[in-house]
Amino acid sequence: MNPVQYERLGETVYCETLPNGLELRVIPKPDHAKKYAFFATRYGGMDTRFQLSGRWLDTPAGIAHYLEHKMFDTKEGNALQELAKNGAEPNAFTSNAMTGYYFDSTDHFDENLEILLSFVSVPWFTDESVAKEQGIIGQEIRMIEDNPDWQIYVRMLRALYSVSTARTSIAGTVESISHITAETLYDCHKAFYTPSNMILTVVGNVDPVKVSDLARRVLPKEGGPAVPRDYGQEPETVAERETRLAMEVSSPQFLTGYKCRPVPEGEDRLRAMILGDLACDLLFGESSPLYQRLYGQGLINSSFGGDFELMPGVAYLYAGGESKEPRAVAEELQKEADRLVRQGVEEDFFQRALRASFGSSLRGLNSFESIAVSLTEGYFGGYDPFRFPQVFDAVTQKDVLDFLQENVTADRAVLSEIVPKEA
Amino acid sequence: MTRTQLAGGVFLTFLPAKKFKTSLLSAQFVVPLRWETASANALFSAILRRGTAAYPDMGALSARLDQLYGARFDVTVRKKGESQCVGFVASLIDDSFAPGGERLLEPAAALLGELICRPVTRDGLFLEEYFDSEKTNLVDAIRSILNDKRSYADSRLLQEMCTGEPYGVPRLGNEQIAAALYPQMVYDAYRELISASRLEIFYSGSAEQSRVEDALRAALADLPRKDIPALPEFAAHVLPEEPRIVTERLDVTQGKLGMGFFCGSGDAAALLLGNTLFGGSSNSKLFLNVREKLSLCYYASSLFHRQKGLITVSSGIEFENYQKAYDEILAQLEAVQKGQLEDWELEAARSTLLNAYASMGDSQGKLENFYLGQAATGRDETPEELAEQVRAVTSERIFDAMSTVKLDTVYFLQGKEAEA
Repeated sequence: MNPVQYERLGETVYCETLPNGLELRVIPKPDHAKKYAFFATRYGGMDTRFQLSGRWLDTPAGIAHYLEHKMFDTKEGNALQELAKNGAEPNAFTSNAMTGYYFDSTDHFDENLEILLSFVSVPWFTDESVAKEQGIIGQEIRMIEDNPDWQIYVRMLRALYSVSTARTSIAGTVESISHITAETLYDCHKAFYTPSNMILTVVGNVDPVKVSDLARRVLPKEGGPAVPRDYGQEPETVAERETRLAMEVSSPQFLTGYKCRPVPEGEDRLRAMILGDLACDLLFGESSPLYQRLYGQGLINSSFGGDFELMPGVAYLYAGGESKEPRAVAEELQKEADRLVRQGVEEDFFQRALRASFGSSLRGLNSFESIAVSLTEGYFGGYDPFRFPQVFDAVTQKDVLDFLQENVTADRAVLSEIVPKEA
Repeated sequence: MTRTQLAGGVFLTFLPAKKFKTSLLSAQFVVPLRWETASANALFSAILRRGTAAYPDMGALSARLDQLYGARFDVTVRKKGESQCVGFVASLIDDSFAPGGERLLEPAAALLGELICRPVTRDGLFLEEYFDSEKTNLVDAIRSILNDKRSYADSRLLQEMCTGEPYGVPRLGNEQIAAALYPQMVYDAYRELISASRLEIFYSGSAEQSRVEDALRAALADLPRKDIPALPEFAAHVLPEEPRIVTERLDVTQGKLGMGFFCGSGDAAALLLGNTLFGGSSNSKLFLNVREKLSLCYYASSLFHRQKGLITVSSGIEFENYQKAYDEILAQLEAVQKGQLEDWELEAARSTLLNAYASMGDSQGKLENFYLGQAATGRDETPEELAEQVRAVTSERIFDAMSTVKLDTVYFLQGKEAEA
């Protein structure tokens, strides 16, 4: 395997593409007791429409997440239990663009890795076991529907996007998942769970060659064809400017979102993420004049925050939290963005923001999970996330202001609000 | 790990490690958890984070943190047993990764000392504007527990179950008490806390112990110190004659069923394993039966409150499945008590716990949280020693200990439309 050294990060990453197309990354951590494996497919909540064997399939909202739940079933029983018997802590998640399965363990790592690779590559569904999951996922959906943070976020995405499947809820609805059958699950597995659509990342005190040998032995010998997907042709304008829902909450909450220009795959994506984060820091980060003013006026509290996000074909920036006057805060945010574009910031403030952002990227490397997830996103997005120090070196204040000018404009904004229900 | 005394009632738990990108520095005052003081302590901690004599406002303070490569200084208010722990947890990039080769430990320790000892004051009180806005924020934070229905239900169960005991006091106190706080009272609470309560400091990172101690001694030179009273004994929990049933209605789509149990046994290691078998992992009886077999819920899990000898169950269900879920949870507890286990279940539960102890040293945050819990409850076992205790537990000890577990309180959160 090929070791790549990242001197400024104190990391070495072993990389390899196996003959079946699987990407492999191993990051040895000889001083840690924990070993962590993350096995991911480029398939998530957004991938509902795709081409399989020459025909387009429309699948129900929530199917990637449903499949994630059902993958733990094996012919012999359940992989969750098999892994837990060895003291491993297994779990999985489905995001908009990926599904990841993982565990960490201190003992029996090889055995656990073999279980992980086999249950994710060998599907086993019956009509009965698929039906049984309706109750469990139904309760998961009920739980998130009662969660104001989830409601406000999903409703913001629906306000931003009218066509893109970014507006689809990852878990689907109780209604949409009722159409899922064993047959559709098999179709989706066949399309997306081929080694050539997947990446395995292992972090911990392991031998990279042994990991590679094990993956070659356990996984299918052949990859599959690339699967064309249709996320929808999203127009540049927002779907609706405002959305509001009453819930059982203690105080009003809001998110204001900006529909940003999509970013093509490649190192541009890493650069865009760094620019987007810096734009957030200058605009409304804790050190920013706006944050301090609004906090001092009692218009926001420490729940206030935001981020810049990239998904296939879409990008958006958002900010929000609890506030007595969401509309006023959203307006102040827009005014401040316009002011920054006109006047810029003091170079001293910009340099501090750079330092802080670099420190927070470095901090992320403490977590095995965040190392694995960022390497996976990087592979799917066509960039190397560990090149962030080099990208930081080249970023100027003008780059960030240009980003704001292009993306954070009044015509690209939406407002999502949750208000307390009247008693 | 070593724990040394730096000054009267000031202790340093030193956790050397070269494997992280960051250093962690935490300073935690440990005081008895009381309704009367919980909100005041939470409030002045937040006020201290607003500014110091040298960095008097948020702008100056966050500029300083940015210079330290985005160091984070988080205000923490935690409940550990029947103690409240308030202070700051700082995380900064380790000196070895500072691009300019700067030393970051000393300025970070100095800032920690500033935050604790030198707040901005006017006429012997905190600044009025900081007091007012943090008081509003505290009241909002207490009210917002309602927004996360799972935490809300878990917290309500403990309050109901431990009424009249410190363990029932939420870490931030309650809305009424917080709303009644006034400036003199909160400033007095601050002075009392920094002078007359135990201060536990934690460091994890690559620096030598002597360097850490020197930096902290310099930073805390102004810390006033009086006699430090010992923490009180745990309040005994009294099991009601009949289980108490509490029902509450809110406008929600999912019901929350919480069940609280009292453990009569003092065999903590056996109860810990027993609880893991019952509902403490994705291999547990609750997960495999209430969720996987009966599809009644997405989550149903149990938590062993080691310091207090309680077990609480938390689950989210359809309203009409209340009785079914209730019966099944009790049936699964009974199965553990009667030793109805398959061979693999016990070893799986044991290895889940051993894995958690073995990997604790890989996370600075987990280490700090663990050793704070130990210090606050007067214990000194290391994770390795606790793992040893878990290895030694026999199945007989588990059944004996679990058979003392009795239902104490039931809390059910249901929707408004369920009203007849």
